[in-house]
Amino acid sequence: MNLQLSHFSAAVLFGVFASVVFGITQRSTSREQIRYGLYCFAMFVGGVFVAGWVMWILRR
Amino acid sequence: MANPSTIKETPTQPLTAIAVLAPAIGWLIPGAGHLIQKRWIRGLLLMASIVCMFVLGYAMQGRVYRPNGGDILDILGFVGDVGAGGLYIVIRALDLGQGAIAHATADYGTKYIIVAGLLNFISAADAYHIAIGKKP
Repeated sequence: MNLQLSHFSAAVLFGVFASVVFGITQRSTSREQIRYGLYCFAMFVGGVFVAGWVMWILRR
Repeated sequence: MANPSTIKETPTQPLTAIAVLAPAIGWLIPGAGHLIQKRWIRGLLLMASIVCMFVLGYAMQGRVYRPNGGDILDILGFVGDVGAGGLYIVIRALDLGQGAIAHATADYGTKYIIVAGLLNFISAADAYHIAIGKKP
């Protein structure tokens, strides 16, 4: 097997899987789990964009 | 000296068979600790997430750490990998995950495998909390 993802898609997939586990394990009720999972995913994706822009600025 | 009457006693949870089995099975098979407690959706979601992450990590040619006493990062990598339980045992038994890293994103694969193991530790701890009644 040789799967080659782009940096962005690898980071987003990472965020999806980690968010599912965080949501289920860190909250008790179903509603809270969904909300927390979505919050974590948003933070992961947001972090990817922020890190991307920081690297772009540093590179200049 | 503290007055014995002022010392707060923390309530001890009864150590039942399920409280021992749930995290152990949850570690061996990701999500199974929840499934044996009839948390079907949670268990299946955890299983899908952790197994997919581990398999994708391997598919990206990630490195699987072996037991080692060298660099601290290698030791921590091994600890993370071991968290995947049965997946780690299978991949080691088949002697996979030792290929040379051929492209940049293969490093993502290594991290995927480590994080899958760490997430499985969290999942097993959650199964324990459900078993002792600390979480619904």
